Amino acid sequence: MSEMMTETNHVNDHSLARSAPDDQVRFITKVPDRPRDMEPQTIVEPKISVRNLDFFYGSFRALKGNDLDIAANKVTAIIGPSGCGKSTHIRVYNRIYELYREQRASGEVILDGENILAPRYDLIKLRKKVGMIFQKPTPFPMTVFDNVAYGLKLHYKMSRGELNARVEKALRDAALWTEVKDKLNEPGTALSGGQQQRLVIARAIAVQPEVLLMDEPTSAIDPVATAKIEELVEQLKERYTIVIVTHNMQQAARISDYTAFFYEGEIVEFGPTRKIFTKPTKKQTEDYITGRFG
Amino acid sequence: MGFRLQRQIDKLKEDILTLGAAVEEQLLQAVRAIENRDADLAQQVIDADMKIDQMEVDFEEECLKILALYQPVAIDLRYIIAVLKINNDLERIGDLATNLARRARFFSKLHDVEMPDMFKEMALKSSAMLCKSLDALVKLNVELANEVCMADDEVDALHKNNYLLVHKGIEREPQRLDFYLNLFLTSSHLERIADQTTNIAEDVIYLIRGEIVRHSHEKKSSAKTQ
Repeated sequence: MSEMMTETNHVNDHSLARSAPDDQVRFITKVPDRPRDMEPQTIVEPKISVRNLDFFYGSFRALKGNDLDIAANKVTAIIGPSGCGKSTHIRVYNRIYELYREQRASGEVILDGENILAPRYDLIKLRKKVGMIFQKPTPFPMTVFDNVAYGLKLHYKMSRGELNARVEKALRDAALWTEVKDKLNEPGTALSGGQQQRLVIARAIAVQPEVLLMDEPTSAIDPVATAKIEELVEQLKERYTIVIVTHNMQQAARISDYTAFFYEGEIVEFGPTRKIFTKPTKKQTEDYITGRFG
Repeated sequence: MGFRLQRQIDKLKEDILTLGAAVEEQLLQAVRAIENRDADLAQQVIDADMKIDQMEVDFEEECLKILALYQPVAIDLRYIIAVLKINNDLERIGDLATNLARRARFFSKLHDVEMPDMFKEMALKSSAMLCKSLDALVKLNVELANEVCMADDEVDALHKNNYLLVHKGIEREPQRLDFYLNLFLTSSHLERIADQTTNIAEDVIYLIRGEIVRHSHEKKSSAKTQ
């Protein structure tokens, strides 16, 4: 308990964080029943630190005092029953919710030391840093090439040769190049579901983001395509910080390093995935992952 | 899926206890066969081992089926892994009971010797450990499991004394080498049975707490002796 921070300590005290053993989450305190009392759970040098995050759909409070650290170059899985706030939570990370009136977030989401919820935070910079992949593949109604080149053209000025090279690299990194190199001028929508999802991943990583948010990226595709995406996630985490929302518990167990269990807008438990799936500390977590929930 | 898995796990609980009871009975009969010089009873124990072996294989197949079909996690995963290992431990105890029965067959030919008390004590303790380890599994009781682990040291000490006893016996009566070798083998089988029941107890602790305690009390014991 001597390592525990008191409430007066600043949550991003890296001198303390660095003293933690490698690849271990430091539980600063036991997670209390009421989220407002929840002490943050610190990861060594997190890429994203969420503090006291609330989210509202109109007057409905969908997230309640979320505190969460997202480790850099790791995969963090967010699990929980439908309507628990998983997708809502990650939609805050790139402020995509701002497209809708009536939706608002409060609290702090610190990305590389800056609060992205601050009004002055540059939204273009945020969207470039934080890419997002949705449940249903969403290729644009344009060619395979243009799908990947779209973001590049938007963010950078580059020669045709350079553009070609960047598109090829993104498609290679998304493990799709060999399958589409002869179909670059065909519509993206003509690809199979699994290929479309990797095309969307290629589009997201083409602009070289730092964080990839994946909202149930394999729920609409078959097991073979799912295996390819999971393999891809494993490779991508070397360069990107990945946060994945999934309903598939086995998928969370397979591909993530850390897991957060959400229930009714609160983070019930967070920790290394191997611990969550072998020895969770909360009964609610155990009931959910063993299918005894509700 | 949770409830279907629960039904499968409930069935596993019944099956592992049935196996446990069968192995306990085998051990009891083997010890009785030694004490009473009863070759027929010993033969019954040896013949019954096939049934134990079959139960072990069936149980393992059932566990593998559940792992493949349900991909259990957390307490369910720990339960299945623990009973899968306990299943192997029980089968091994069954084999050791058979070995004891073979020693009983040998002793049955000798009517003029008395089994030393220390062997009786060892048999009593090992049987009690097996009973307690299964009790710990049924009640999911860490304290009972810990008691089994502690009792193993006592059985080890008895085995060590038996070694000295046998050693002296051979020196004194080298013409009765076969008798003393069988005596020593009996002690070794009982000592191994105690080890296997300790494994069961450790698996029960893993099942309840999620901690692998194997070797930890061995370290403590060796630290004490150093």
